[in-house]
Amino acid sequence: MSEHRHGTPPSDTALRVKALESLLVEKGLVDPAALDALIDTYENKVGPRNGAAVVARAWSDSEYKARLLADGSATIAELGFTGRTGDHMVVVENTPRVHNMVVCTLCSCYPWTVLGLPPVWYKASPYRARAVKEPRGVLRDFGVELAEDVEIRVWDSTSEIRYLVLPERPPGTEGLSEAELAALVTRDSMIGTERALTPDEARAKPEAAE
Amino acid sequence: MNGAHDMGGMDGFGPVEREADAPIFHDEWERRAFALTVAMGFYGLWNIDISRYARENRDPLGYLRDSYYERWLYGLESLLEQNGLVSREEIAARMAELAEGVG
Repeated sequence: MSEHRHGTPPSDTALRVKALESLLVEKGLVDPAALDALIDTYENKVGPRNGAAVVARAWSDSEYKARLLADGSATIAELGFTGRTGDHMVVVENTPRVHNMVVCTLCSCYPWTVLGLPPVWYKASPYRARAVKEPRGVLRDFGVELAEDVEIRVWDSTSEIRYLVLPERPPGTEGLSEAELAALVTRDSMIGTERALTPDEARAKPEAAE
Repeated sequence: MNGAHDMGGMDGFGPVEREADAPIFHDEWERRAFALTVAMGFYGLWNIDISRYARENRDPLGYLRDSYYERWLYGLESLLEQNGLVSREEIAARMAELAEGVG
C-alpha cells in the first residue's frame, strides 16, 4: 500500500482500518480479493440504474405496475434484482395528489438492490431529523415546490421494510422506449426528493441519471 | 433503544447539504471499512439488528461526531471484540506496527 506520500502519515482512521484488515486477513477471516469484489459490486455494478429499469417497466406495462405495487420484492425480482436488502420491498406511487418520500430516521436503511448505496445526505443528520417533521421544507432544499393540496407521505424505512418511490411519468414522454424512459429516472426521484426528469431536462442535465 | 441515533423530528441540524457529483466512497478507508463489515456479516455471527445496536449503543457525543463509516468501524470493532475475534488492544498494537513502517 503506497497511496500515502512520503512523510504524510495516514489519518488515524485510515490506519485503524488498515490494521483491522491486516488482522482479519492474518486470522484467515477475510480474503482481500473478496473485499475488492464487494467494493467493485457496490461501487460499479449495483446502483440506481436498477431502480430506473423497474420504474421504466412500470410506466410502460400496466400489468407489471399493478404487480409491483401489490408485491414489490417479487416484481422487482422479475428483472433479476434480488438481495438481502431487497427482501421486503414496498413500492409507493406518486400521483398528482400524493407525493411519497423515503427516509431512515434511525440509521440509513435503503434498498441497495435497486438504488445501490445511499448518498451521504440520506445518511446525514439534517435529512434524517427533518424529513419527518417538515418534509415540504426538505423538498424545498431539493428545489421541489409542491402545491399545498398535495398530500405528502413520508415513509420511515427499517431493516425489515425498505421503500422505492414510483415517480410520476413526466409529460412529453409518450412513445418513448423503456430505455429512453429509464434515462429520465434519477436516483433522487426514487427516494422521493425530486421528480423524474422531462426529456428536455434530461438533455440539459445528461449526468443526472447517473 | 433510545440514543443519539433516534433523531427523527429533532431541530437544529440545519439544511440538507448535497454534494455535486458525490462519489460512492470518499476515501479508500471507507471502501475497506464497508467491505470488511459486509464480509464479516456473512459468517452469521450477528444479524443486522445486532450490528445496528453495536453502532448505536455508545456515548451520544461519539456517535454524533463520527462520520458514517467511522460508525460502521466502531460497530464492527465492538462485534469482533464481543465475539472474541479481534480485541481493540490488538488493533492498537497493529496500528503502532504499521505506523512504524510508514514513511
